[in-house]
Amino acid sequence: MAMEKMSIAKALNESLRKALDTDPKVLIMGEDVGKLGGVFRITDGLQKDFGEDRVIDTPLAESGIVGTAIGLALRGYRPIVEIQFDGFVFPAYDQIVTQLAKMHARALGKIKLPVVVRIPYGGGIGAVEHHSESPEALFAHVAGLKVVSPSNASDAYWMMQQAVQSDDPIIFFEPKRRYWDKGEVETDSIPGPLHRASVARTGSDLTLVAYGPMVKVCLEAAAAAQEEGKSIEVLDLRSMSPIDFDTIQTSVEKTGRLVVVHEAPVFYGSGAEIAARITERCFYHLEAPVLRVGGYHAPYPPARLEDEYLPGLDRVLDAVDRSLAY
Amino acid sequence: MTVESTAARKPRRSSKRTSAVKTPAKTSARTPQSSEPELVQLLTPEGERVEHPDYQIDLTAEELRGLYRDMVLTRRFDAEATALQRQGELGLWASLLGQEAAQIGSGRALRDDDYVFPTYREHGVAWCRGVDPTNLLGMFRGVNHGGWDPNTNNFHLYTIVIGSQTLHATGYAMGVAKDGADSAVIAYFGDGASSQGDVAESFTFSAVYNAPVVFFCQNNQWAISEPTEKQTRVPLYQRAQGFGFPGVRVDGNDVLACLAVTRSALERARRGEGPTLVEAFTYRMGAHTTSDDPTKYRADEERASWEAKDPILRLRTYLEKQQAADEAFFTALEEESEALGKRVREAVRAMPDPDRMAIFDHAYADGNPLVDEERAQFAAYQASFAEEGN
Repeated sequence: MAMEKMSIAKALNESLRKALDTDPKVLIMGEDVGKLGGVFRITDGLQKDFGEDRVIDTPLAESGIVGTAIGLALRGYRPIVEIQFDGFVFPAYDQIVTQLAKMHARALGKIKLPVVVRIPYGGGIGAVEHHSESPEALFAHVAGLKVVSPSNASDAYWMMQQAVQSDDPIIFFEPKRRYWDKGEVETDSIPGPLHRASVARTGSDLTLVAYGPMVKVCLEAAAAAQEEGKSIEVLDLRSMSPIDFDTIQTSVEKTGRLVVVHEAPVFYGSGAEIAARITERCFYHLEAPVLRVGGYHAPYPPARLEDEYLPGLDRVLDAVDRSLAY
Repeated sequence: MTVESTAARKPRRSSKRTSAVKTPAKTSARTPQSSEPELVQLLTPEGERVEHPDYQIDLTAEELRGLYRDMVLTRRFDAEATALQRQGELGLWASLLGQEAAQIGSGRALRDDDYVFPTYREHGVAWCRGVDPTNLLGMFRGVNHGGWDPNTNNFHLYTIVIGSQTLHATGYAMGVAKDGADSAVIAYFGDGASSQGDVAESFTFSAVYNAPVVFFCQNNQWAISEPTEKQTRVPLYQRAQGFGFPGVRVDGNDVLACLAVTRSALERARRGEGPTLVEAFTYRMGAHTTSDDPTKYRADEERASWEAKDPILRLRTYLEKQQAADEAFFTALEEESEALGKRVREAVRAMPDPDRMAIFDHAYADGNPLVDEERAQFAAYQASFAEEGN
């Protein structure tokens, strides 16, 4: 067994390296992914080892990056494209939504689009505008796309492997403020399915559901609540489309209470979807309405205000208290 | 991938090799800035054969008759589809009337292993690729989003969003170059699409990666109701120069010139010399689609002036002058046209609605539990009606 402690950034880098090494049809494309190794160094050293034919620096044109990746996929390649920051994906949104998501269905299954779109997302790094957004619901809403986000190094490593092997397009959201968080990665083990949620902490009084950057906040909230005698279960959703409702249902049937936490605005967010479905599935088990904690219906604020905007420990615990008060 | 590395890996793509066909860039370089720059023309509207210094073509009488037949049958098919829309059999039709030469000329320049990325009006190109014309009607009837396997004839599905496919063509061509293949890719789009960012981005990517792609713009003068002047202040083919590859304007109603120019551009791509923009200067004689009414936005005289340049009539005149086709040929072709019309009409009327459950088919390649759940709910809902009926 090869067990190694590494950061999420390193785990992604190792995973991409393995993908390039395993399948000659895998390509990496994006702005600055070559010599620089990406602005977050996720592709560090890959062009040096695999060449400019496999790790391709592209013009600064997001629609072009995704659009040409579609063409390469049609030719039999498996491109992994990097969008430099969350807020920069919108020039490519048309290609992702009208072409990448729908071409397999349009062709009645005759062609496959194995494209991975990597997007460093979310706030908490003190960045300027367009560098801190959480647009996952915009992609999860579109049939034909699958949307995932790891929260730890092991998932980062394995979920990337699984995304590259998928014949469906995958929008792979990377929690950028967790890039430097370290964790154990078991590089030999066979992982669970890409779209299965995991129980990050067991508990009996209330279920917290989160994904990506918010899993850590929820684990800290659960630990704090423990000191007050509250037993909180934390689920790491891992996949925002499809969503593993079975795992959430099992947990809520046990705890009777659910709070969903994400950085994206609450309004029309993934929390709304989870609340609606779980209310349907667990109506007679719920002791309280499903509550949501997330961003406001406002543009992502300047960095000096982002701690107010992003759900932190206190806001999560406040929601926990409100739920338990029913 | 860089230009250098491509050239290094595949020496036969080296630009050292002397081009057998003169580069179209020379044509554009000496074209004056005017509203109607010089066109590459090999057959005048009067059906006179003329020569062009950069583009020669020598076709047998049989080949000429073949081009004529392609154009006539494509026009007949198009007319039938328009009629079927009027009869309520199709929800919409995008007619190619007037653009037969641009499509047949470019389509017949292609090799079987070339790959085509069409917009939604390339019925003539589809014909050249061997796509059964009845397959083109499924999406307009509303039974599917494209009724053919793109890889059977190397003819991609129609793309509705303007200009998107130029990037797919460019990416595909990048893959062709990576594979070391010597085929080429052609992307069709219109004058309206030239305003889209995707078209500009595809020019950038194809130039940077030296992709073997030909951009074939059919400038039919109108983007629905907007004239070309609302899209550009310079002749479209001149755009290419700023991206670093040649652009050439060809008489889009001259099937010989379209064939010669496209063949030259494809050969250039195959030699590893990168993209070319071909602007086929033509005219959409009908509406953009059956949904619009061109009498609201353009003068009748304009269409009349273009009818005098009709691509089919001019080739017929030439065939007759050359005695390359006799009356028996034209009569037989007329009968073949009518038979095609009848076959299309019957095929459309016989086209079944898709199975209800097709809503859920192929949403994902690897499946999705949400789709499975909704499919089951939908099936149960449908079944409930059957039970009520009993």
